[in-house]
Parts: sequence; C-alpha cells; structure tokens
Amino acid sequence: MTGPDSRGGPRFEVCTGTPGSRITLALLVLAAAALATGPWWLGRAELRLLVEVCTYVSLASMWNLLAGYAGLVSIGQQAFVGVGGYTLFTLAAFAGVPPLLGVGLAGLAAAVLAVPTAAAAFRLKGAYFAIGTWVIAEVYMLGVAQVQALGGGSGMSLPVRVVKSIADTKALRESLVYWLALGLAVLSVAAVYFILRSRHGLALTAIRDSEPAAESVGVDNARTRYLVYVAAAGVTGMTGALIFLSKLRISPDAAFSVVDWTAYVIFIVVIGGIGRIEGPLVGALVFFTLRGLLADLGSLYLILLGVLAAGVMLKAPHGLWGLLRERLGMDLFPVERRLVVRPEKSDS
Amino acid sequence: MDWIDTIVQGVLLGGLFALFATGLSLVFGVMRLVNLAHGDFIVLAAFLALAVVGGTGVSPLLALLIVAPLMFALGHAVQRGLLDHTLRGGVMPPLLVTFGLSIVIQNVLLQVFSADTRRLPAGGLETAGIEVGAGVTVGVLPLITFATAIAVIAALQVLFYRTRTGRTFRAASDRPEVVPLMGVDNRKVCALAMGIALAVCAVAGVLMALRTNVSPTIGPARLLYAFEAVIIGGLGSLWGTLAGGVILGVAQSVGAKLHPGMQILAGHLVFLAVLAVRPQGLFPRMRD
Repeated sequence: MTGPDSRGGPRFEVCTGTPGSRITLALLVLAAAALATGPWWLGRAELRLLVEVCTYVSLASMWNLLAGYAGLVSIGQQAFVGVGGYTLFTLAAFAGVPPLLGVGLAGLAAAVLAVPTAAAAFRLKGAYFAIGTWVIAEVYMLGVAQVQALGGGSGMSLPVRVVKSIADTKALRESLVYWLALGLAVLSVAAVYFILRSRHGLALTAIRDSEPAAESVGVDNARTRYLVYVAAAGVTGMTGALIFLSKLRISPDAAFSVVDWTAYVIFIVVIGGIGRIEGPLVGALVFFTLRGLLADLGSLYLILLGVLAAGVMLKAPHGLWGLLRERLGMDLFPVERRLVVRPEKSDS
Repeated sequence: MDWIDTIVQGVLLGGLFALFATGLSLVFGVMRLVNLAHGDFIVLAAFLALAVVGGTGVSPLLALLIVAPLMFALGHAVQRGLLDHTLRGGVMPPLLVTFGLSIVIQNVLLQVFSADTRRLPAGGLETAGIEVGAGVTVGVLPLITFATAIAVIAALQVLFYRTRTGRTFRAASDRPEVVPLMGVDNRKVCALAMGIALAVCAVAGVLMALRTNVSPTIGPARLLYAFEAVIIGGLGSLWGTLAGGVILGVAQSVGAKLHPGMQILAGHLVFLAVLAVRPQGLFPRMRD
C-alpha cells in the first residue's frame, strides 16, 4: 500500500517485511527444500521422527491460530484429528478411495463437521467454550466407538491391499507420507502467515486485542471466528488423516486422545510462544528435544512438561520466542504493519 | 417397574454429579475462574482418602475428617501461590495453567499410586439397600450421597446469603474492584472460595471412591460431568446445579439401560440438547 500526501508531503508506505526477515524467510525456504530431500539421506527412524515433528507443527499452528489470534481456546481439536483419521480409513477401506486423495477428503470432512460443532460450542463463551469443545470431542469418540463396521472400541487396521496401493515399496510409501507431512507443515505455517497479513488477519488481531474495539470499526467478530474455526478444523483433519496413514492403525482412544492431540499441542504452543507464528516451530523443537532426552522418565516427563508450560504462561506469556524476540528485535514472519516514510524528493 | 428403578438410580447418581459440580460452580461464581484441574482434585482427594484409610485403618468417612481440611488447605495454597497470578490476564492464563495443573496431578498420582484401579472399603455399605416398594430398591450409599449433596448445597446457600463471608463472596463476584475499597482483601476471598471448593471436592471424591473404582486418569471425565451439570442447571444457581446433576444422572442411567455403551454418550447428548434449546441453562441466575 502506498500513497502520496495530499499536500505534496513525503510519500509513505505501509509494509510488513524487514530486510532481516526476508533473509531468514529465504533461509527457511531453503531449509524446507533441504528437508524435502530427506528420504535420500536420512534413516527410517529419523524420517518417522520428522513426520511426527511436522504433524505437530501443523496441529500447533492451527491451535495457535485459534487461541493466539481468534481467542478461541479449544480443548477439543482431537475431534478433528480423529474424524480426519477415521474418514481416511473409511474411504480407503470401504470405498476404494486412494489414500493420498483420502487425506484431502478427510480435511473436507473435518471442516464440514466443524459447522455443527461450532453451532453448539459457540453458544459457550471463553473458558466454557474450552470445556464444551472437549465434550463434543468425547461425543465423536463415543459415537465412533459404537460403529461396529469400524471395529468399535478396538479400532481397525488399514487393509493390506490399501497400504500396498499407496506405493510399490515400503521405502517409497514412507517417503510419500514424509513429503505429505512436510508439505502440510509448510502449508500450515504459510497459511497462518498469509491469513495474518491479509485484512482478515488484521480483523483477527483486532478481535484478540479488544472485541468491542474490533466490532466498532466494522469487524464481524462472530463470522471471522467461525471461518477461522472451520478452516483450522480442515487442516487439523488432514493432519489427523496423515498421522494415522503413517501409523496404519486407528482406534477411538488413539484417534480422539486429548493428551496426544491437544495437551501436547497446547504445551508446544505455550512454551514456544502463543500468538506468534514462530511459537509452534520453537515449541515443537523444545518438545521433541525434551522428549528425546527424558522419554525414559515416563510420567515424570509429563509432570515436567506441565510445570514448564504453566511456568512459561505465568512468567513469560509470550513464550520462548517472545523472550528471544526481545533480544533479537525481529520476527521471522513479520505480520505487523509499519509505516515507512520516504523523504521528499526536492526535484518532484 | 424396571424404568422407575432406572430413573430412581439416575436421580441418586445425580447427587454425586451435583457434588462434582458444586466446587466448579462456586469458583466460577466468585472469581470467574474455570478450573480445568477440578476433576483431578476430586480424584486426588479420593487417593488421599485411600492413603489415610490404608495407613491408619480408619473408616472412609472418618478419613474425610482429615482429607477435607487437607484439601481446604491445598485449595488455599494453590490459589495464593499459583492461580492468583493468572487472574489478571484475560481468559487464557487461568485456563492454560489449570490445564497444566491437571496433567501434573494425573501424573503425580500415576507416579505415587500406579495406574491400578482402587476402591475405598465401604464395610458392606455399598451393597446395603432399602426396599421402597414396587420392586424398587434404593442403595444406602447412593441415598447418603444424595442427602450429602443436598446438605452441602444448603450449607453453601446459607453461607452465601446469610453470612458476612457470603456477602464478600457475592461482592467479589459482582464487583471485584470494589471489594478492596471496603477493606476486604480480594485474594483472601478467592483463597477461601478455592479452599471451600476443594473441601467439597474431598467429599465428592470419598463418596465416589466408595461407589466405584478410581484410577489416576479419571479426573477429566469428572470435570466434564461437573461442567455439564453446571451448564444444564444454569450458571450461578447452586440448586440449579443439583437439578443439572439429576438430569445428567437420569440421562446416563437411562442410556446405560438402553445399551451398555450408551451411558456416557447419553449424558453428553442431553447436555448438547439443553445447550441447543436453552443455552442459558434451565435455572440461570447469573448473566455472563
């Protein structure tokens, strides 16, 4: 956006990027490209770990979009992970839909289901919204557990013929899942970035900072929140489909686990920095590093994680990235609009 | 007659749900705090009672005389040491801190007591029943639970509307910023409320562990039942919460009779139905 001053004063420009941010952004794109060649130089264990990291980056970015920007603290995102996973398994096992296409359709199914979910949950405000989404996720889990065709409470495996139809070799199949996970993670981060840079992002940030003020300048709070909720459900559903495509087995307890798909995600976002695009990336790094170091401790590890997340929320509400940002004085993904005034040229 | 029996059992189960819900409702009423670790505090109280009974051999109801003050002190300490610091940053900090607390309590219990399910010895109380005619037998323990729920809620009503402390609670609820002007320390009011809420959790936890098996991870489900009872009943009304608990209890009981897998689902569906038809709950008292 540019504009001249009506009195012939200095020209000004509203921009979001900084030279530093452009360089880091380019580096991140290079890193993603380097990761895309992973199947040629990484072992199977590393690939599997990276699939997990990527799916958590996607889940965390979506939760961050909801909680950090739209002010919707959901404890029910496991609903969409589960619905995505089960949609993929159902379509692949009973309708012969190719699993890779099924991932996209799973996202669609989750987004469609988000409509009635929102209709119920949006009747509750603030903290009660959080528990309400949790109840609804339980309803989906208990409902799925009733369906005998899907294996009831004990779940089902992806049929062997379906698994074989993905790719000829196991290595190629795992590579495909890896690329999809990486692609989805990049897509999630990029989507949040571009949404926040658009006018909808401005509306979201306004809602987060002050609802009455946002309303007074013409932001349709309810509609903006609703759209964000449905979109986040779609991406979360695709991620869920991908998670269970890599596991090849699904059960109601695993698919709708509040600990796996919401508690960990919340810890990642809070520790990394809520309301910052970089937060989920930093948080995922911390989460998986800690897990690698402390996984043997079992429940002690979770105690530590809970204490860390609560401590960060109290002492550094903007998370580790918030602390880092103060030191660096820059964003990797700048979304704040700055006014840049160009000095007036004497000959114009 | 079967159905009458089912409904009577459901009503009595509702007493337990009302006890789950009372503390949640009280804390929300006084300081607008939704404690996501509420269910885990109920389970923690049950395990404390198990430890007391296991260590000293006293009866579970006597153990409550130790556990309830302990939980009161814990509530006081948690409010002063932790939750007070979350109350000034909007809706997110208390939610996320209590959610972290929930995970911490569950895993501390797992660490100390293992994942085994346990139950408090009720000394024959759990099988005792009273024949009330028409083929309906009422269990003594559910009856005690229901009577306790009524007694606790009646006591809280008296506390709220007849005492000086209750007046400060209501003041803190309506205008927290005015309370200090009257020479009352808001933090003390909140700590007292949280203490009372957790003492009620202790009562609920002991009665729950007399009735069913408990394990460290069942807290979140109790939170959901408590929440549903509060919303069905309507925010801010303790008698409404009892009614909400009863409706939820009957729904679960009828659901279980229709199909064993339907018990919890039926409760959730009735909750969603109330939310769809009457989002302010059946007997609301407070607007928020």
